[in-house]
Amino acid sequence: MADRPITIREALSAALREEMQRDERVFIMGEEVGVWGGTYAVTRGFLDEFGAKRVRDTPIAEMVIAGSAVGAAMAGLRPVAELMTINFAFLALDAIVNHMAKVRYMFNGQFTVPMVIRTTTGGGKQLGATHSHAPEVLFAHFPGMYVAVPGTAYDAKGMLKASIRDDNPVLFVEHSTMLQRRSPVPDDPDFVLPIGKSDIKREGDDVTIVTFGKGLEWSMAAAEQLEKDGIEAEIVDLRWLRPLDLEPVFESFKKTNRCVVVEESLPMFSVGAEVAAQLQNEMFDYMDAPVKRVAAMDNPLPYSREIELMALPDAQKIVAAVKEVV
Amino acid sequence: MATPKKDTLLDWYRQMVLIRRFEERCAELYQQGLIGGFLHLYIGQEATGVGAVAALRENDHVITAYRDHGIALARGLDPKAVMAEMLGKRTGVSGGKGGSMHLADRERHFWGGYGIVGGHLPLAAGIALAAQYEEKDEVVLALMGDGATNIGYFHESLNLSAVWKLPVVWLIENNQYGMGTSVERASGAKELVRRALAYSSEDGSGMKMGPRIDGMDVLAVHDAISEAIEHARKNGPILVESLTYRLEGHSMGDPQRYRTKEEVESFVESGPIGRFRQVLIDKYKGVESTLDKIDEEALQAVEDAVEFAQNSEDPTYEDLISHVYVD
Repeated sequence: MADRPITIREALSAALREEMQRDERVFIMGEEVGVWGGTYAVTRGFLDEFGAKRVRDTPIAEMVIAGSAVGAAMAGLRPVAELMTINFAFLALDAIVNHMAKVRYMFNGQFTVPMVIRTTTGGGKQLGATHSHAPEVLFAHFPGMYVAVPGTAYDAKGMLKASIRDDNPVLFVEHSTMLQRRSPVPDDPDFVLPIGKSDIKREGDDVTIVTFGKGLEWSMAAAEQLEKDGIEAEIVDLRWLRPLDLEPVFESFKKTNRCVVVEESLPMFSVGAEVAAQLQNEMFDYMDAPVKRVAAMDNPLPYSREIELMALPDAQKIVAAVKEVV
Repeated sequence: MATPKKDTLLDWYRQMVLIRRFEERCAELYQQGLIGGFLHLYIGQEATGVGAVAALRENDHVITAYRDHGIALARGLDPKAVMAEMLGKRTGVSGGKGGSMHLADRERHFWGGYGIVGGHLPLAAGIALAAQYEEKDEVVLALMGDGATNIGYFHESLNLSAVWKLPVVWLIENNQYGMGTSVERASGAKELVRRALAYSSEDGSGMKMGPRIDGMDVLAVHDAISEAIEHARKNGPILVESLTYRLEGHSMGDPQRYRTKEEVESFVESGPIGRFRQVLIDKYKGVESTLDKIDEEALQAVEDAVEFAQNSEDPTYEDLISHVYVD
């Protein structure tokens, strides 16, 4: 079947619809998933198509949204729970970290937790300090769960389908400003991407840019500018923060000997910190320059547009960081 | 409600004595350093656990907090495997990875003990949702301490169960103290069962406010929970409060500055096992020798469990790293 350019929103919607059609045990629950059609319109039409049993609006109550999805998954269903934004997932942190990620281990494998929590991340929309950061890296700290951070429609569809089919719990993080981005995606209902595989999104010999989510967009824009200056950037899209697949990063680094890590998260204890640490452990002999990090400023995000954008990464900041190392 | 048969009553007595002896032995093993971590004993609360669990069908579900040994034994988990878990052995019910607070048995629909106050309440709602979704005629019994009624999880879980009419019996084991803080010092409502009113409407829809029951009387507990389970099966969630008392500290090493010796003594006299024993003696002439035999067998079962646990292997590195993910 031919690939067709669709938006990330359409890709997510198609993934959910196909998996619900494939498996009766898959159901959706969460904030405004039904009557409203999803706060980002991903589940528009689902209530009519699948009915109230499988498309369940919940109270705005994150602890029980996450926690009851854990219980339902333990008991054999395959919930896809939606939290409107990842900022609200802080309220569900205990259910996610202590139960979603640990019940399998704690009870020696007696239970499996085949569930997905879908949520959105990202700043740049003047939503102020409590609604804007990209804290997905926090959740990648914990073994027992996976964290998905797709940056294209193709990845969004293949990764969401993989997450729903997998028997492990997944926090699936969608970027709220990228839902209209379009790329070719297979129609094939069995199109599924592997879990925990990074992807080379652009080839180049001069510098390795490691990124994910919104960082992919900024990095691609930066690479175009760098190309004009004769610098060819190779872009590795992590796609998953856990399992973290750094093999393509290491392979690329053997060629480029330079690395810039780009993320929207805060800079302290970040993906950049992890990648830099692993590079100096594994690739010390190949290292020609310090690993640079481009992240949000170590600061809360404000409302006013000018200063909000000042605090976030962009292509120019990536270009500047690359030029420091090449 | 029809009074259960003699064999059933004797079995409840056996379970209660087994739990008491098991817990006493756990306290000793803790003091000897053979049990680590936190250890929360069920001594004093046996009638609530045994009476409530006995009201469940085999395919119903039970989930509880960290004071879970009594519930595990009442649900029929092998005392050997439970004791092995206490000692952190790989033959334990959770392979030595869970410990005292995290006993479970999937086969028996015992979904575990949980160490985070209130953390298991949304799980109970989810398990009930699965039963409802798959149109199974199954009920979840979710036990919690009085302390759990003050945490956000309680509100969110009970509310959702009312909205979705989930088949859950929410059972508060009110043992008077959340750690060392008494109910009246921690809760706006002294009668905790009244909290059900927050999730119910004037027309009777929503959560049913169940009874406050004498949690030291196994027969009363069984009657009330049996009725509650039938309600939950047909009509959705119900909240019940069992008034009980823990005769030991919150966990081992609790100095118990929050209550007097006299208060504890007053509950020893009305303890659930002695009371039930007297009921049986009054009811069945000459039953004493049978009860004595049950007492001896319970002691022996616990000694066998300790021996089994002590002779079991420790977990290995393979156990340390297994079951983090589904492979």
